[in-house]
Amino acid sequence: MSESFAGVPLLSTPGDAAPTGANAAVTRFHARYAAMAKRKRRNDICFALGFAACLAASMVIGDFDPVKIWNGLPRLHEFIVKILPVLRWDSLGADFAEWFLPAKLWLKLLIETVLIAFLATVFGVCGAFALSFPASRNLVRNRSILFLSRRALEIARTVPDLVYALIFVFCFGIGPLAGVLAIAVHTMGALGKLYSEVNENIDMKPVEGLTAAGANWLQRIRYAVVPQVLPNFVSYTLLRFEINVRSSSIIGFVGAGGLGQEIRTAISFQYYTDISALFLIILATVAVIDLVCERIRHHFIGHEKLA
Amino acid sequence: MRQPSDLSAAEIAAARARLPQAFSAGPRESLLKAGAWLLFAALVLYALIEFNFSPTRLWEGLGKLGFVLGFMLPPYVWPSWELFMEPVAAIGETLAMAFLGTLLAALAALPLSFLGAKNILRVEWMRFGVRRGFDTLRAFEQLVLALIFIRAFGLGPLAGIFAIAISDIGVLSKLFSEAIENIDQKQVEGVRASGGGPLQVIRLAILPQVLPVMLSNVLYQLESNTRSATILGIVGAGGIGQLLYDRIGANNWDEVMSIVLLILVTVYAIDSLSGWLRGRIIGKNEYRP
Repeated sequence: MSESFAGVPLLSTPGDAAPTGANAAVTRFHARYAAMAKRKRRNDICFALGFAACLAASMVIGDFDPVKIWNGLPRLHEFIVKILPVLRWDSLGADFAEWFLPAKLWLKLLIETVLIAFLATVFGVCGAFALSFPASRNLVRNRSILFLSRRALEIARTVPDLVYALIFVFCFGIGPLAGVLAIAVHTMGALGKLYSEVNENIDMKPVEGLTAAGANWLQRIRYAVVPQVLPNFVSYTLLRFEINVRSSSIIGFVGAGGLGQEIRTAISFQYYTDISALFLIILATVAVIDLVCERIRHHFIGHEKLA
Repeated sequence: MRQPSDLSAAEIAAARARLPQAFSAGPRESLLKAGAWLLFAALVLYALIEFNFSPTRLWEGLGKLGFVLGFMLPPYVWPSWELFMEPVAAIGETLAMAFLGTLLAALAALPLSFLGAKNILRVEWMRFGVRRGFDTLRAFEQLVLALIFIRAFGLGPLAGIFAIAISDIGVLSKLFSEAIENIDQKQVEGVRASGGGPLQVIRLAILPQVLPVMLSNVLYQLESNTRSATILGIVGAGGIGQLLYDRIGANNWDEVMSIVLLILVTVYAIDSLSGWLRGRIIGKNEYRP
C-alpha cells in the first residue's frame, strides 16, 4: 500500500498486526490521527516561524519605518494634488491646450515608442522563432544543442531589458536604436521559451510521417511543426507586443528613446501637470493597443477553431 | 493501392474545380495577404530608417559591444569579504523589497478581490468599476511609481516597496477575484442552508477553496517582483539596481558582469524556493487516488 498522508499510511497493510475487533481499529485510528495532527502542527509552526523571520528581516533591511511612512503621506498627497491640472469649466479648451502644451513633441515620441516596441517585437520574434526549434526536447536529440539554445534563451530573458538598455546605450549611443535592441533581446528570451513549450506539445504524427517519407530536419519543421504551432505563436507574439509597448514607454529612463525620457524629465524637474498628461497618454495608448491586439488574437484563434 | 502519382491530370483538374480553396486561396484573399505583408515590410523599413539602423552604426556598436564583453570576462571577484558584503547587502535589500511589496499587495488585494468577483458582488456596474480600477492600477509602471514614491519617502527601499505593492494590488486582485469566481458553489449553499451569515460563508465556504490558489498566485508574483526589484534601484529606489547603474556608469564592466551573475543566481534561487513552496501548498493537499 502506498497511500499515505503526510508520511502516515492511510490504510493498514497486510503486514500490520491483524485487527482484533472494533476497539483495536478505533485505537489505531486515534493513534494515526494524533500522529498526523502532530506532524501538521509541527509543519505549521515551522512555516510560521520562517515567515516571521522573513518579515522581520525585510522590515529591518527594507527600512519599513511606520513613522517615516506617516511623515511621507502628506508629501504624497501634496504631489498628487500638484500633478492634477487646473481645469475650469468656462475656459476648458484653453486649460486643456495648456495641459497638453507640448502635444506635438509628445505625439512624435509616442509614435517612436510604439515603433520601438514594434521593431523590437519583430527582431525578437525572428530570434525566438529560430531558437525555439533547437530548444524543443521532442525535435532535437542532440543534448548539447538543446542545452546551449535553452541556456541562451534563459540568459536573454532573465536579465531585465533595462539592464540591456544601459549597456546598449553605452555601445550604440543614446537613442531608440539601443532601446530596440534591448527589448528585442529580452523578447527573444521570453518568447523563445513560450514557443518551445508550444513545440513540445504538438502532435508528433505529422513529424513521423514526414520522417518516414524521407524529409530532412528543416522540411519536418516547415511542413509538420510550423502549421501546428503558428496560431499559438501569433497569439503569444501579440501578447508580447502589448508588454513591449509598456517597456518601451519607460526605456527612455536610461536614454534609449521613447516617451520615458519625457516622464523622467517631468518628474525630476517638477513639471507637475506634464506628469498627469503623460500618464493619460500612455494609459490610453496601452488600452488601445490591448484592444486591437485582442481582436487580432481572437481572429487568429477563431480561424483555428473553425478548421 | 492507388499512389498519388496514379492520379490522372483530368482527376486533378476535376478536384481543383470542385474545391478551389484547397489548392490556392482566392484572388481577393491572396491580394489582401500580399497587401498586409507589404504594409508590414514598409513599416519595418520606415522604423529602420527612422531609428538610423545604418550598417556602419551597427558595426561600430557591435565593435564596442565586443569590447565591453571582452572586459566583462573574466568576471570580477570581490577581493575581500567586506567588499563582497556591499552587493550581498544590496541583493538582500532587493529581496526585502520584493517580499514586503508582495505581502502588502496581497493583504490589500484580499478584501478588494471579493468586490471584483461575480458571485459576491452582484451589482454589475459596481463590479465593472472595481475591475477597471484593478486595470488602472496594473497599468502603472513600477518604475514610474518608484519615482513618485521617492518624492514622498526619499531615496531608498521604502519607495521601491510601495511601487511594487501598488502596481501588484491590481494584478493580485484580478487573479484573486478570478479564483473566487471559479469556486464550487455547493459549499456556499451548504453553509447558507445551515444558517451561516455572509462572513461565515466567506470564512467557511470560500476561503478554504481559494486560499491555496491565492497563495500560489502570490508566490508567482513574488518571483516576478524579485525580477523587477532588481531594476528599481536604477531610479534610486533601493536594491541591487543602484549598484549596477553605478558600476555601468563607471565602466567597471567586469564588476557589472559579476553583479548580473549574482542577480541571475538570486532569481533562480527564489524561483526554485517558491516552486518548492507551491508544491507543498497545492501539490500534497490534493488526494490523488
